[in-house]
Amino acid sequence: MTSPPAAAPHAFQPRLLAALLDASKATAVAFGLFVVMVGLRTDVGPTGALFLRTRWPDVAWLCAAVFVARLAMALWAGRRLPAVGSARRAAALSRAGLFFGPALLAIALILPFVPGIGRYELDLGILVLTYVMLGWGLNIVVGLAGLLDLGYVAFYAVGAYSYALLAQYFGLSFWICLPLAGILAAFWGVLLGFPVLRLRGDYLAIVTLAFGEIIRIVLLNWVELTGGPNGISGIPRPTFFGLPFSMSGGPGTFAGFFGLEPSPSHRVIFLYYLILALALLTNWVAIRIRRQPIGRAWEALREDEIACRALGINITNTKLTAFALGAMFAGFAGAFFATRQAFISPESFTFIESAIILAIVVLGGLGSQIGIAVAAIIMIGGFELFRDLEEYRMLVFGAAMVTIMVLRPRGLVGSRAPSVVLGAQRRIDAQHVSEGRG
Amino acid sequence: MTTTMLEVRDLETGYGAVQALKGVSLHVDQGEIVTLIGANGAGKSTLLMSICGDPRARSGHVILDGEDITSKPTHEIMRSGVAQSPEGRRIFPRMSVLENLMLGAQAAGRDPGPELPRVFSLFPRLKERQSQRGGTLSGGEQQMLAIGRALMSRPRLLLLDEPSLGLAPLISRQIFGAIRDLNEREGLTVLLVEQNANQALRLAHRGYVLVTGRITMSGRGAELLARPEIRDAYLGGGH
Repeated sequence: MTSPPAAAPHAFQPRLLAALLDASKATAVAFGLFVVMVGLRTDVGPTGALFLRTRWPDVAWLCAAVFVARLAMALWAGRRLPAVGSARRAAALSRAGLFFGPALLAIALILPFVPGIGRYELDLGILVLTYVMLGWGLNIVVGLAGLLDLGYVAFYAVGAYSYALLAQYFGLSFWICLPLAGILAAFWGVLLGFPVLRLRGDYLAIVTLAFGEIIRIVLLNWVELTGGPNGISGIPRPTFFGLPFSMSGGPGTFAGFFGLEPSPSHRVIFLYYLILALALLTNWVAIRIRRQPIGRAWEALREDEIACRALGINITNTKLTAFALGAMFAGFAGAFFATRQAFISPESFTFIESAIILAIVVLGGLGSQIGIAVAAIIMIGGFELFRDLEEYRMLVFGAAMVTIMVLRPRGLVGSRAPSVVLGAQRRIDAQHVSEGRG
Repeated sequence: MTTTMLEVRDLETGYGAVQALKGVSLHVDQGEIVTLIGANGAGKSTLLMSICGDPRARSGHVILDGEDITSKPTHEIMRSGVAQSPEGRRIFPRMSVLENLMLGAQAAGRDPGPELPRVFSLFPRLKERQSQRGGTLSGGEQQMLAIGRALMSRPRLLLLDEPSLGLAPLISRQIFGAIRDLNEREGLTVLLVEQNANQALRLAHRGYVLVTGRITMSGRGAELLARPEIRDAYLGGGH
């Protein structure tokens, strides 16, 4: 530890003292926890009996790490830039943000043709885009209308099974099933919407959570229709408007029609652009609808339901349209998922999926389209990136989430742009966004 | 010749087992400012809310322009020429002033275009602050916004719930001045609920006194102000 400069010892000492005190407290808490969690360990001995092993050095290392980290944090937090500087930085960031969205879009558009991007990277891109789309879809329900939905994956499942079953039993093609899957999911969205019309917050979350589980359990147990845990396999792959992606290269196939060398990457590239188009459609609809009276009514609903009533907003219709529209995009994504995988089973639609999608929306900053895209890239792409870390992957993942929430408690993009302005546009600062009622 | 704009007849309503209104009758004529005064918990706000159908009347009638609206859904009532500035203002804190105003018109199915300049000329402050977040306005500005938002649906009858709540006397005088302006210039009919009986009765043409769910007194504003029992109960030094 270096001693504070002699010029201003009195200004520094109290802060250092406070930081030391704070770090000691944190270390004491850590010690209390680690003594039992790390310090004591039961192992199976040679005779098969358990014996207790102590690991005091590990505890000491961990406590030291906590002390140093906490001290560094306290000292660093005390050196925040003055408000003027941070405002200028925020302005610069928001200017950079104007180019960030288009740049991201441009990268997404040319990605399949960038040298070095292979099958694996494209598959990852498809996965990320699927979650971007789901995030944007859920954002309508959670971010705009403020209805906390923990069962969003149910609509994803409805979409996937709609396509799989319609293709299996009626032989309908992907392009006919895609809108049907959306419509069916929207229908289920309305069905869920009706019983929860009067619920808000925690209560709504519990019911939607249960709804997600109901759908999954029905899919799991209705063996005659859905194949139960065995799932549905052999789901038809998508065609390029009727031209199948086949390795034969015949005149009726994609490669044959366009006179290309048959390649398995054609289908992957096609799937990539398909999900990109679907995601962009979701984005476009969400952005457009935010400026419509219905979108504004959603946001008002999120703010204050009683005021909405007093203004004459039809709460029933407003909530149901939010549920239906959000569910519809999950349905589209589900149909895409089914055609990409060619196999679906209830295992793909567990609660953790809902949780991941919700985490993307929250980390991205409730209501921010670009924030959600970035959060999906970090969450899904990052998760893949750390695959080599094996079981420590979840640890890295959890730490990343905590870091984001500590540094940017209102999500990556926490500011909210008004949907209507007369004259110059001004953003509502992140610091002011999530304080609840003003 | 005066026509009745709003008539409330033997209205009873409540929350669960609690009866909040025990047969309230009153009427508001076209072009009038009528005030409803009473202590905390007398049922003033409940009466305003129940005119809008939420909570629904258990018995009795609400008649607007000769049409019985007692059992109409709230959002239809709010589209038939009634607007409310609710208790505690309830503006949308994260939305801009302009968005708040737009919603006032659009929620009632109106085009905000022609109403916006009207509201801005009534409350120039809102025009200056139009791109500011609702929650960052001062209390008085929030009240202007709440009234402005209600006016955006171009109502014939404006229901105002405690517009002076929590405002400095100077600001609340400004708000009352604006209400008088609206009434005199545009002939807007106003039903005003207030705890600030003194100011309310000075402003209003007529007043009603509500005590635990019943109307106990009514009369011209100045008359009520002069009555000793009103002075003791609502204007006394302790209040």
